[in-house]
Amino acid sequence: MSDFLAMGGYGSYIWPAYAVFVVVLAIDAIAPRLRRKHVLAEIRGKLKRRQARGATP
Amino acid sequence: MNALTLWFHKIGSPPTFYRIAGAFAPWLFGVALVLGAIALYGGLVMAPRDYQQGDAYRIIFVHVPCAWMGLFAYAFMAVNAFIALVWRIKLSEILAMASAPVGAAFTFVTLVTGSIWGKPMWGTWWTWDARLTSELVLLFLYLGVIGLYHAIEDRRQAARAASFLALIGIVNVPIVHFSVNWWNTLHQGQTVRLMGESHITGAMVWPLLLMALATHIWFFASVFARSRVGLLELEGGKDWAREVALADAGDAMVTSHV
Repeated sequence: MSDFLAMGGYGSYIWPAYAVFVVVLAIDAIAPRLRRKHVLAEIRGKLKRRQARGATP
Repeated sequence: MNALTLWFHKIGSPPTFYRIAGAFAPWLFGVALVLGAIALYGGLVMAPRDYQQGDAYRIIFVHVPCAWMGLFAYAFMAVNAFIALVWRIKLSEILAMASAPVGAAFTFVTLVTGSIWGKPMWGTWWTWDARLTSELVLLFLYLGVIGLYHAIEDRRQAARAASFLALIGIVNVPIVHFSVNWWNTLHQGQTVRLMGESHITGAMVWPLLLMALATHIWFFASVFARSRVGLLELEGGKDWAREVALADAGDAMVTSHV
């Protein structure tokens, strides 16, 4: 196991490289989900304000 | 209208695309994760050590697929930008703008992993040679497209302006690709060829190609997820988007009471 982690002495280069790959793609997957929540809440907010003013939506 | 045009218009209508993309995206993410995991296992565990670079070469399994994706995403963005500018199709504007951040992410990973690979092999994190510099320009082009899109208030005008920039930037794509042939650079030449023989053994090729497949599928998953949000934002005042927003609030309420 420690042999595997050492990667023939290049572990300190290989693992950060793979970590960057995984972290950036994780952010790429999460970002649209957060944005979607925000956009949907905004649409509901606009709808509510419109109904409060008594206008037909 | 013939059947094909009709079908095209149906798919291209925002609510229809929203629904179809929503059905596909989770599956694409899932398949990409599974294939990516297998490719990582193949690359980190099963592939043999390189006789020249030792284990350091294993960075190739993330570096090269991401580099390919940076160019692929740009081509995809440019094609959609072209359609958006010529035929003013809303969906194409959204798809072009959705692919910019994904392409930027892949290009960023390419630059960082390349830099980490360069340190032990070349003895430097960075050098201003043709391949590295043109790849950095690619990242700046993506950032320019994203920045321009967010700098203009009107969403459709913003998309058209950013699409125009995306189209001009396409000139950089062949420069990135051929830079290792056109100029003397520190960067090694092409290792894998679609035509002719690859300069790499089979046990190293399959994890590389599998990772390339996984990142392509990931790209479409992410673009679908992003374009769905883009369509909701663009069509926030339309009935279908309101229905989605209200249904989402209903779901949130149900889960908070359970």
